[in-house]
Amino acid sequence: MRYVVAFGRFWWNFIVGDDWRVAAGLAVALAGTWTLAHHGVNAWWLLPIAVALLLVGSVLRQARSGAA
Amino acid sequence: MSSDVLLFFGTFLASAVEAVEALTIVLAVGVVRGWRSTLLGVGAASVVLAAIIAALGPALQRIPISTLRLVVGALLLTFGMQWLRKAILRAGGYKPLHDEAAAFASGRAEAGSAAAATGGTDWYSFTVAFKGVLLEGLEVAFIVIGFGSAQGKLGLAVGAAAAAVVVVVAVGLVVRGPLERVPENTLKFVVGVLLTSFGIFWGAEGAGVEWPGSDLAILAVAGFVGLLSLVLTRGLRRGRQTVRATEVQA
Repeated sequence: MRYVVAFGRFWWNFIVGDDWRVAAGLAVALAGTWTLAHHGVNAWWLLPIAVALLLVGSVLRQARSGAA
Repeated sequence: MSSDVLLFFGTFLASAVEAVEALTIVLAVGVVRGWRSTLLGVGAASVVLAAIIAALGPALQRIPISTLRLVVGALLLTFGMQWLRKAILRAGGYKPLHDEAAAFASGRAEAGSAAAATGGTDWYSFTVAFKGVLLEGLEVAFIVIGFGSAQGKLGLAVGAAAAAVVVVVAVGLVVRGPLERVPENTLKFVVGVLLTSFGIFWGAEGAGVEWPGSDLAILAVAGFVGLLSLVLTRGLRRGRQTVRATEVQA
């Protein structure tokens, strides 16, 4: 069991990292892009905007916590 | 064509960065405890990494391309944004830069204080080299498989990674020490921009989007992500300077 937990933790850290909100935000943005695309909207702009907002939010959050 | 060049460039740089870190670990152990067991560890890890790429790469190419691009795009995005975020925070002065000389010195000290080998194989050297190369190499394998399978150019991605490892090892042999002068954070910054850009491009395409300008859109996406990251870095540096100036005045 210990090895399964360690294995899961390794992959979580490897892919999601230290800010799960970014991964969750990306999942929502990808789901939104998929939904719009399958309703006839060519939403190529959604993911770049989402990435910009998530990146700025995550960097500023970590900078503030680092500066505090 | 432009996406092939970016794919080669991105895989080469990402592999070079990880190879520099793996080289530091291997050198620290090899110099202190001898090369035989260390190189056995490097060889074993390389075989495991090659097996992962050989097994997963072709298997992934059997998945429908849109599904593959959606999944690979999502993974590259989460992974790439981690690289980019850390590189921006380091460049902005909010996270310490990775110091190869310090890592080498600490690796040497640890290797020197570990128990001496008693049998033919020094398991300490083998394990440290194996673990170091495997963990650094897993990121390379992930990028090679992701880039190679989503673009249908696994051979190109493997070639770029192999070329990077050869270059880093050759330079390491010439320098006979850790590669301290490599601008690691700049490389990580560029790799983060490329991973994130490919993640956006393939993720959106896999979700059913058609990019204006087709494959050329990847250049625009990379430009957008790069510019945003530079502006963020500059903003962080200014903020840091303001905080320091306020502290000095107080």
